[in-house]
Amino acid sequence: MPSPRYHREIPQRYRLEAAKCKECGRMSFPPRRVCSNCGAREFEMTKLSDHGKILTYTTIRVAPKDFENQVPYNVAIVESENGVRVTTQVVDCKPEDLEIGKRVKFVFRKLYSEGHTGIICYGYKAVLI
Amino acid sequence: MVGIVGYGSYLPRYRIKVEEIAKQWGRNAEAVKRGLLLKEKTVPGMDEDTITISVEAGKNALRRAQIDPTEIGALYIGSESHPYAVKPSGTVVAEALGIVPDVHIADYEFACKAGTEAMFVAYSLVKAEQMKYAMAIGSDTSQGAPGDALEFSASAGGSAFIFGKENTVADVIETHSYTTDTPDFWRREGAFYPLHGGRFTGAPAYFKHILGAGEAILKKSGLRASDFTYAIFHMPNGKFPLSVGKKLGFKKEQLEPGWVVPLMGNTYSGSSPTGFSATLDVAQPGNLVLLVSFGSGAGSDAFVFKVTEKINEVRDRAEKVKDLLENGRIYLDYGQYAKFRGKIIMNE
Repeated sequence: MPSPRYHREIPQRYRLEAAKCKECGRMSFPPRRVCSNCGAREFEMTKLSDHGKILTYTTIRVAPKDFENQVPYNVAIVESENGVRVTTQVVDCKPEDLEIGKRVKFVFRKLYSEGHTGIICYGYKAVLI
Repeated sequence: MVGIVGYGSYLPRYRIKVEEIAKQWGRNAEAVKRGLLLKEKTVPGMDEDTITISVEAGKNALRRAQIDPTEIGALYIGSESHPYAVKPSGTVVAEALGIVPDVHIADYEFACKAGTEAMFVAYSLVKAEQMKYAMAIGSDTSQGAPGDALEFSASAGGSAFIFGKENTVADVIETHSYTTDTPDFWRREGAFYPLHGGRFTGAPAYFKHILGAGEAILKKSGLRASDFTYAIFHMPNGKFPLSVGKKLGFKKEQLEPGWVVPLMGNTYSGSSPTGFSATLDVAQPGNLVLLVSFGSGAGSDAFVFKVTEKINEVRDRAEKVKDLLENGRIYLDYGQYAKFRGKIIMNE
C-alpha cells in the first residue's frame, strides 16, 4: 500500500474511527464524505465499539502473495456493538473454532509488511472472546 | 504524590514448551527445566511485534486509569526489538492510543531494562510538573539465537504504566539507578541475534547491578527487606531472581506473585515491568513493593512503590497477568515456532 494512502487510513485502521451522520445518525465505517442513507455531508467523528459478533466467515486456503504464509486464515464479517459491519481477519484460532454468532473483540495487529525494507502496515483484526 | 494511575499488560497466546526446544537441539529437557526453572515461554504471533504488544498493554493501562489519552504529555517505549531501526515505535503506539499530536515520544534501548528506563523518565517528568500524565511501556519480542541457551527463555510481552499525581494506585517512594560499562550481552548494529558472555552474565553483571541498585535504594529509603510485602527482580530465568532476592534478604513468598518467568519466559524489556504488573494485580493498599530491573551493558533501575486504596477500584477494569498467562494458550511445535519467529529464510 502506498505510504500516503496508508497514512490517510490511520484513524479508521488504528482507532476504529467512524463517521456518524448529523442528519440521520447513520454510522459509516470507513468514514464517507456523503451519507449513504440521506445524502447529508455533515458528520461527527465517533468510534466503533471494540466488541462485536461474527455474522459470517470463511477460511482462506489460497491466498494473495503477501498472505501466503498465513494460510489457512479466517476472514469474517463482524458486526460491532454499534451495529456497523466490518470485514476483518479473525486470528489466534483455528478455522474450526469459528461459529456464526461468536463474540469477538478488535485487536491491534500487523496487517503486512512491504518486504524486508518497506513500511509495516498496522490495523485492526479480531480475536474470539 | 507522583505514582502510577493506570497499568496494563499484554502477552501473546502462543507458547512453546522447553521440551519442544530441547528436542530440536538434542538437549536434556529435564536438566534445562531444573537448571533454569522454566516450563514454557510466550511466542509472538506472526502479526505481533513490539508495537502491537505495546498498543494492547497501553489500552489496558488506559482502561484502568480512565483518563483522557490526550492529557498524556509523553510516551516512552523501552525495547530491544523495535520493528524499525529508524522510526520510533512510539509514533505508531501514540497514534493507536489516541495520544497524538501534542506529545513527546522517544524509544529507549538498554537491553532488558529499557522498560524501567522509560518508567524512570515518565515519573521524573510528572514529578517535575512538565506534564499531567506520562506513559511508559516495556515491551519486547525477544531474540535468542537458535540452539543458544537464550532460546529457552527469550519470549514476548509487555506492560504499560501511566504516571500522574492524582488518583494513583501506587506512589513512587524512592528511585535509584546503578550503571557501569559491563560487556555481558550485546547485539551489534545489523546483527540478527545477540551474543553473551556465558557465565560472565551472572556475578559481574546481573548480580552486581541488582545488588548495587537494591542495596542503595534500601539505604536511601531507610527500609529493610522485611518491610516489603512484595519484590520483583529482573527474570532472565527462574533461578537468578530467587537467588538475588535471597541475597538481599527477601523470602520466596515476597517474590511469588511477580515471579512470572516459569510460564512467560524472559520478555526482556517487558520482564520486570510485567512481574510488577502481576504484583499490582494482587497487592493490597499500604503494601510496599520493590522493583529492580537489570539491563545488560549494564545497569539496574530500582523503585520503591507504596500501593494505595485506589488499587481495589481499578484492578478489575482490565485483564490480569495471571489470566493472560493461563488462558487460551496455543502450543506450537518447533517448526511452527521457527516460522513464526522468522528463522526460516524465504524468498521475497
